[in-house]
Amino acid sequence: MLFNFSRLAIIILVLASCQHDYSKNQVKSERISINSSLQNDSKIDQFIAPYRARLEASMNQVLSYSAGEYSKTDGELNTAIGNLMADAVFERTSPILKQRHGLNLDMVLLNHGGIRAPLPKGPVLMKTPFNIMPFENKVVVVQMQGDAVLDMIKYLSVVRRAHPISGMTLQISKSGKMTFFEIQNKAFDPNKIYNVATNDYLYKGGDRMDFFQSSDTIFDMDYKIRAVLIDYFQSKDTLNPTADNRFTYDN
Amino acid sequence: MKRRTFIKTTAASATLISMGGLAMSCSTSKTKTITILHTNDVHSHIDPFGPNDGRNANKGGVARRASLIQKLRKDNPNTLLLDAGDIFQGTPYFNYYGGELEFKLMSMLDYDAATIGNHDFDNGINGLYAQLPHAKFDFISANYDFSNTVMDTHVKPYKVFDKDGVKIGVFGLGIELEGLVSKDAFKETKYLNPIEIAQDMSRLLKTEEQCDLIICLSHLGYDYKSSQKISDRRLARATKDIDLIIGGHTHTFLEQPTVEINAVGENVLINQVGCYGLFLGQINFYLEPQGKSFTSRALKI
Repeated sequence: MLFNFSRLAIIILVLASCQHDYSKNQVKSERISINSSLQNDSKIDQFIAPYRARLEASMNQVLSYSAGEYSKTDGELNTAIGNLMADAVFERTSPILKQRHGLNLDMVLLNHGGIRAPLPKGPVLMKTPFNIMPFENKVVVVQMQGDAVLDMIKYLSVVRRAHPISGMTLQISKSGKMTFFEIQNKAFDPNKIYNVATNDYLYKGGDRMDFFQSSDTIFDMDYKIRAVLIDYFQSKDTLNPTADNRFTYDN
Repeated sequence: MKRRTFIKTTAASATLISMGGLAMSCSTSKTKTITILHTNDVHSHIDPFGPNDGRNANKGGVARRASLIQKLRKDNPNTLLLDAGDIFQGTPYFNYYGGELEFKLMSMLDYDAATIGNHDFDNGINGLYAQLPHAKFDFISANYDFSNTVMDTHVKPYKVFDKDGVKIGVFGLGIELEGLVSKDAFKETKYLNPIEIAQDMSRLLKTEEQCDLIICLSHLGYDYKSSQKISDRRLARATKDIDLIIGGHTHTFLEQPTVEINAVGENVLINQVGCYGLFLGQINFYLEPQGKSFTSRALKI
């Protein structure tokens, strides 16, 4: 009798196992590379085709003309393409800041690493700003106290990279000490609050730019860097940027 | 007399049970194979990379992925296709069409579910909501509380799939949006602690939904140096009953799944296939029907 009971119990357990309850005895995994050895699914390909065609037509729209090829590796402390980007942000952003908040823009600081492609010579197509700036970063204007501005200058003097800047002139010694600094062609005033345009990534401390963090007043321009470039390019017949004396070694 | 009746009853029960078993086409010795296919961080990479695209040259492409998935589904119809988020952003397809094409293609590829990545908020939560009509698959996220947003009722915390009698519970987890996505974009989306939510989810899927397999579809990121930030590896160690974490966000190219030991000493798999649709992950679970008393969760790779 006891035997029968236990047999019944086992049978019921087996039934229960038919519904749920599996033990996972083995697992096999594979990482499959998606490459040219795989056939295109023609239905998918045909579905994409009109989207691709319309996109390519838009991407090949001519915005401006570039007099040369400009790359971020062209110079040590400032480059033509970096100056173009920082000047574009200055030119496009300052009227918005004035109109919305009644403030004057003083400076622009972007980052060298944020220039993701060179500006090629010849017709500047819509795809160019997408290549230069594939990210969605937006322009923000940060109100900086004098000591935060000095931290910014110290950062630039130490890292000595061609981070795009506009609105300031900076000279440093070979040892990385600031020897000359003007904002809007005026001497730096440690008691003044400066309005500095940058992007939201750098404002949050990207590229170790932690000097923006001390400011609690920022204005979101709701304007993507890429949109700035598109608008700037469209407003110019020819792009002919140059490296200049905005950030140099003293001698 | 009494004993005789009992034996007869027992015999009858046994016959009934085995017949019942046959009617349910339940074969107690047959191994069931469940295939999990997965992508993450595809970032709007619809076309393959061009021939001059460095190490990614000529790789990726949705049309190729489609034919591969079709073949794998033919090999095993008991397949789930999942995406761990950041569907949006990375090519002009997104900037031009706002994610419409990404969702339409994933629907054509018959994705079963996706979770939401931080970049899926890049056109704001309204931009994500606007594309939902193009998605024929479910969005799952258990730790984003969307109740005060337009996404309310459009995202499920989890989904249970039945594949050949095997119940598979899949729940979603998203990364903290504050500091990563602007507040304007995510609006009133509330981020809840992923570890606490995962504990609730795995308990619910295990005990209430009686799932045989529990999968976490995560956009938390694989691993971080900072011990404060919750990653898939930390999640795996701090929870129980999760069999597999499919990850994203950190664009981590794992050649094979990582095995972590969970809070009760069992194995958890974590897998992530980098980004841009360069790879498809495939994980096959071979399940043996067993009584509860025999359950062992030894996962061998």
